[in-house]
Amino acid sequence: MLLEVDGLTKSYAGPEGPVEVLRGVDLALDAGRTLALTGDSGSGKSTLLHLIAGLDTAEAGRIRLDGAEVTALDDAGCAALRRGRVGIVFQQFNLIPSLDVAANIAFQARLAGRHEPERDARLAGALGLTPHLAKYPEQLSGGQQQRVAIARTLAARPKLVLADEPTGNLDETTSGAVLEEMLALVAETGAALLMVTHSEALAARMERRLHLSRGRLA
Amino acid sequence: MTRAALSALWSFWRRNPLQLFTLVAGLALATALWSGVQALNAEARSSYDAAAAVLGEGRYDQLVPRSGETIPQETWLTLRRAGWQAGPVLEGRLRAGETSVRIVGLDPLTMPGGAGPVTQAGDAPLATFLREGTLFAHPEVAGALTAALPRPVVADPGLAPGTAITDIGVAQEILNRPGALSRLVLAETQPLGRPPLAEIAPELVRQTSRQSADIGQLTDSFHLNLTAFGLLSFAVGLFIVHGAIGLAFEQRRPMVRTLRTLGLPLGRLIALMAAELAAIALVAGGIGVALGYALAASLLPNVAATLEGLYGAQVSGALSLRPAWWLSGLGIALLGTALAASGAFWRIARMPVLAGGGRRAVALPAGRRHGRQAALAVALMAATPLVLWVADGLVAGFVALGALLLGAALALPPLLDRALALGARWARGVRAEWFWADTRQQLPGLSLALMALLLAMAANVGVSTMVSSFRLTFTGFLDQRLTAELYVETESAAERAALRTLAAREARALLPVLTVETRLAGRRAQLRGLRVGPTYSENWTFLAREGAVWDRVAAGEAVIVNEQLARRADLWPGATLELAPGRSLPVAGVAGDYGNPLGQVIVGEALFRDLFPEETATRFGLRTETPQALRTALVEEAGLDPGQITDQSALKAFSLEVFDRTFTVTAALNVLTLAVAGFAMLMSLLTLAGMRVPQLAPAWALGVTRRTLGRLELLRAGVLAGLTAAAAAPLGLALAWMLLAVVNVEAFGWRLPMFLFPLDYARLGLLALAAALAAAAWPALRLARTPPSALLKVFANEA
Amino acid sequence: MRHETLLALTALLAAPLPAGAQGFAGMGTDAEGFATPAPDPRFEFPADHGAHPDYRIEWWYLTANLEGPEGTAYGLQWTLFRSALAPGEAEGWESPQIWFAHAAVTTPEAHHAAERFARGGTGQAGVRPDPFAAWIDDWRMAGESFDDLTLRATGPEFAYEVELTAEGPLVFHGDGGYSVKSEAGQASYYYSQPFYRAAGTLTLPGGEVAVTGSAWLDREWSSQPLAADQTGWDWFSLTFESGAKLMAFQLRQTDGGTFASGTWIAPDGTTEALGDGALTATPLEETQVAGRMVPTRWRLEVPARDVAVTVAALNPRSWMDTSVPYWEGPVRVAGSHAGRGYLEMTGYE
Ligand SMILES: Nc1ncnc2c1ncn2[C@@H]1O[C@H](COP(=O)(O)OP(=O)(O)OP(=O)(O)O)[C@@H](O)[C@H]1O
Ligand SMILES: [Mg+2]
Repeated sequence: MLLEVDGLTKSYAGPEGPVEVLRGVDLALDAGRTLALTGDSGSGKSTLLHLIAGLDTAEAGRIRLDGAEVTALDDAGCAALRRGRVGIVFQQFNLIPSLDVAANIAFQARLAGRHEPERDARLAGALGLTPHLAKYPEQLSGGQQQRVAIARTLAARPKLVLADEPTGNLDETTSGAVLEEMLALVAETGAALLMVTHSEALAARMERRLHLSRGRLA
Repeated sequence: MTRAALSALWSFWRRNPLQLFTLVAGLALATALWSGVQALNAEARSSYDAAAAVLGEGRYDQLVPRSGETIPQETWLTLRRAGWQAGPVLEGRLRAGETSVRIVGLDPLTMPGGAGPVTQAGDAPLATFLREGTLFAHPEVAGALTAALPRPVVADPGLAPGTAITDIGVAQEILNRPGALSRLVLAETQPLGRPPLAEIAPELVRQTSRQSADIGQLTDSFHLNLTAFGLLSFAVGLFIVHGAIGLAFEQRRPMVRTLRTLGLPLGRLIALMAAELAAIALVAGGIGVALGYALAASLLPNVAATLEGLYGAQVSGALSLRPAWWLSGLGIALLGTALAASGAFWRIARMPVLAGGGRRAVALPAGRRHGRQAALAVALMAATPLVLWVADGLVAGFVALGALLLGAALALPPLLDRALALGARWARGVRAEWFWADTRQQLPGLSLALMALLLAMAANVGVSTMVSSFRLTFTGFLDQRLTAELYVETESAAERAALRTLAAREARALLPVLTVETRLAGRRAQLRGLRVGPTYSENWTFLAREGAVWDRVAAGEAVIVNEQLARRADLWPGATLELAPGRSLPVAGVAGDYGNPLGQVIVGEALFRDLFPEETATRFGLRTETPQALRTALVEEAGLDPGQITDQSALKAFSLEVFDRTFTVTAALNVLTLAVAGFAMLMSLLTLAGMRVPQLAPAWALGVTRRTLGRLELLRAGVLAGLTAAAAAPLGLALAWMLLAVVNVEAFGWRLPMFLFPLDYARLGLLALAAALAAAAWPALRLARTPPSALLKVFANEA
Repeated sequence: MRHETLLALTALLAAPLPAGAQGFAGMGTDAEGFATPAPDPRFEFPADHGAHPDYRIEWWYLTANLEGPEGTAYGLQWTLFRSALAPGEAEGWESPQIWFAHAAVTTPEAHHAAERFARGGTGQAGVRPDPFAAWIDDWRMAGESFDDLTLRATGPEFAYEVELTAEGPLVFHGDGGYSVKSEAGQASYYYSQPFYRAAGTLTLPGGEVAVTGSAWLDREWSSQPLAADQTGWDWFSLTFESGAKLMAFQLRQTDGGTFASGTWIAPDGTTEALGDGALTATPLEETQVAGRMVPTRWRLEVPARDVAVTVAALNPRSWMDTSVPYWEGPVRVAGSHAGRGYLEMTGYE
């Protein structure tokens, strides 16, 4: 099992005391499998993803990722985990504004110490970024920026890709095309994919699908 | 990992060269001011050290005549034959063309420390020194000596400025003082069985090495002064650096977040950012040291003149590059950067990974922060009188000064915030309301630059007040002291007789200048005998007095002491001073005596002659209505050389020049500080301009033209600078008061009355306003020319 | 003969020494105008006890072996050197005559030394032949005649005052006082008064000590340096219990060879010059002192006189830590002849 989540609980401080966002979430994902995560806005999908990536800490519960106990790792351990085994595509603000597209794509792979320029070129080609390689993020449209983030994640060859509504900014058609591309590439690298999405069509294209509501998965 | 992360961090500066420039320039300017001042200090210090090494001052005890100028060579011989290990020194001034050279003659064979002084004069073999009559001279005077003397002259930069060393025999010959010595330098170890000094040479007194260090304390005060201004300038520079770093870190928050989500550990990230800053600091520090060198080189002649004029200390006018100060320059650049960046690092270290994703348009949250800052400011300003009350000494004075300035700087943003809120309340019309609100919102981003402006202006007001007060007081003092129209230097009894005869006929009064250096109230001091008369009683003013001062002094019943002595030995009217064993007199008055490092006691002429019967006056003042005619008579009838006669106006001009040069240095530093503050303002406005676009876009969209926006930006800078200037004036006056009444007393021993110069302050305020407007002009122009597409993009991106 | 010491002192003054002067021995003057010693000297006393400012170098060199009340042995040295930067004398500071003096007291445990410097012409130092007085600062060796002197010196930790009475005649070294110093012919005028009886007081850190004993005064002047290949100098002045005395020196050469010479002095003062080859001096034991190895026990042999003795330092640490450092101290003699004396060694760098 690549990812196991048991009884994960997380709450945020609200104006009238703590608000429980996750109340005992259980989840399992095998290597190379795809899983869609749906839920209402504000239901805690992003929160769950952040916890799995070790970007935030839960109050209770366990997360095991590729044999490592994420919930027991310290800051540096979480950083190493993200660097080596997890790729994340956020809803927005994914890129380093002062680096050009090519450098952004190469960036995580270089951090992880496994950069392959040909792979970058292939990914850029597949995602339609080749004409934009020398541009800076601010010169790209929102969709183009998201495609750069996807290319960056896949260039680093993670075992698990976490995508948080990667096409939330995009129109239906474009969004569909980008996601098709992404699914194909993930399949090709053999990574597992956990994607948050509102799109029924997209969720349907995934092997499994879970719905987050009232802090629990169903 | 490291390289990838570094390239990402560095890419930020590549994309934002203006911010990099601000950072480097701010740091370089700060370092330049600091290290320039340090260079001046180091240079001046090493000049004294060279002088002290040559004279054996500070290291060896010396035997000096109890009174008079010279020691007969026989006395030295008697001492040697009795076993006293003492080396003879003859010192004197020699005119060589336009310059006056201090000739130091010594006997290398008996000088303590062996041939030490000769080694001072380069690696000259002793035979050259003894046989060829060679003079070893500081390069500045070597040329003049070569031209003036038919002797070999060797230039040696290791010697004290203005000085030449030669064999004692040569010195006696060229100074035309055969058989005369000035003092004897005592070896540290002396043989057994010497008879006591009082038995074989009662006319000599032993001066311990510590006594000769008086000049060291005085020059230290001056250096402390310079260092304090160096620090102040550095502080102004640090405000820039702090602002630049804070802004850069703020803007890099999204990058920091992304780097961390991609797996860069926090510790590594901070280490890399620190290394990056250190590299920038080193480069900027290097530039700063170079600039500082240029600054010091251009100011050094003034410092040299100042020190020589004030304290008689010789300082070379040439600057040499010393490792000590350029290392200290780099060190201070690193330290300053660390100081300025510590807050930014602290915030990054505590920041959760996911926070800071969004870019915040304005860096600092107002409100709560203002509260804390105001509290700290109040505490610091309250500490100022506390420090003065609890401790004294020059350092305490400067600590108090620092607390006051820092407190005031911290108080500025909350104060301005209040002022702007007030403005908003009175504003009429929607555009005015928006203007005030927007200015208030701008405040956090500009507050560091405004604090720098405040400090620079306050320093300017304070120091110019001090300088002008000093000058005013000093001019008055000169009028009081240099009352005689002519001063005459006599060289022989015959000349004095001729002078007396002529004066009795042609002059209103002849006033002998009777001064000896002696020990009074336990310290080195001058005793002066005055021929009491209308010249003094009409012109002198006292800081404190009791009874008919002049009558009592003339009758030999009381003395006058100068302010330095009064303060140091606590001798105010009513106290008694022991002039000689068994002869104590009350103090009748305390007089200001500016520019004199020594304490002085003034007695009537009769009493003086009683105490020092062997002392003859060689200098005289002459009162006359017709100075030109008297001068001619002195030359033609009394046979005096014109060079022996000085007229009052020349003496006054010279003295004033010395004091004006004293402050040229501080004035130059002030102007530079103000320029640096203007630069801080420009840079802050330029960097803010980028972030302003999203804030101004809505106003533009709602119908305010870009031209108007630009004009309002200019107005905003003017309002802020004007308010800052208003705050700087009282702060500057407080600074001036502390300099005059606290620091000056500690450093020089006298307190100066404070005069106000409102016109100067107004001019300064205008200057500051002009600097602020000049700084705001370019950003405002850029804003006025922002293409509509850039403004539109704000809305496009926001969606 | 303390050529080496004075040479080193002269080097301290950095007076350039004439390189080609040596070949002209006996011609009267050297390249810089200094007089040079010539054979067959005729001395005139008391005038020759005084200074010879036309010669480059000169000294009055006194060493004494003394004994305290409890039989403790002491050594004493008093030396006045003259070194001229140019021949002749002048008034006041113009004088080209430089004077130095060394004084020392040696005990079995300690060695105290002091030095003085002066220029001629000012009265700070000088030598007057009649009545005899040699002085620098408060140090002096003076008396009614050369046979009857009072000696005095002070240092930071010692002082002494000793009366000297001559009990024998002056002794002339080499050929009637013309003493050759190298195969190349460098020479000096050299005579001694080795027959002084001494009595006086030493002031030491432990207090005053009354002492008696014997003293040996060397007088020597010349203008010529040693040969270029001579590196150092070992000099012995020994008084045997038989009453006979021996002055011996060897000049060490860079090639390891030596030039040795000496004078055998019978108890009545008659002399026999010992030429090169007539004596040998061999180091037996070295002591580390002031960071260098110095031989402090010697084998000295004069076959013609059946002398085969060991000479050992009373205090191996008799190091003169003066501007030009050297070793100088009292020695004890054992072997074929017993006695005591003084040893000077220079050039041990
Ligand atoms: N830092 C935070 N502090 C307080 N509350 C937070 C914080 N982050 C998220 N929340 C709250 O937690 C809940 C879950 O947020 P989360 O971002 O996980 O929702 P989501 O399911 O991803 O929503 P969306 O579909 O809109 O992206 C929301 O109610 C949100 O307001
Ligand atoms: Mg979300």
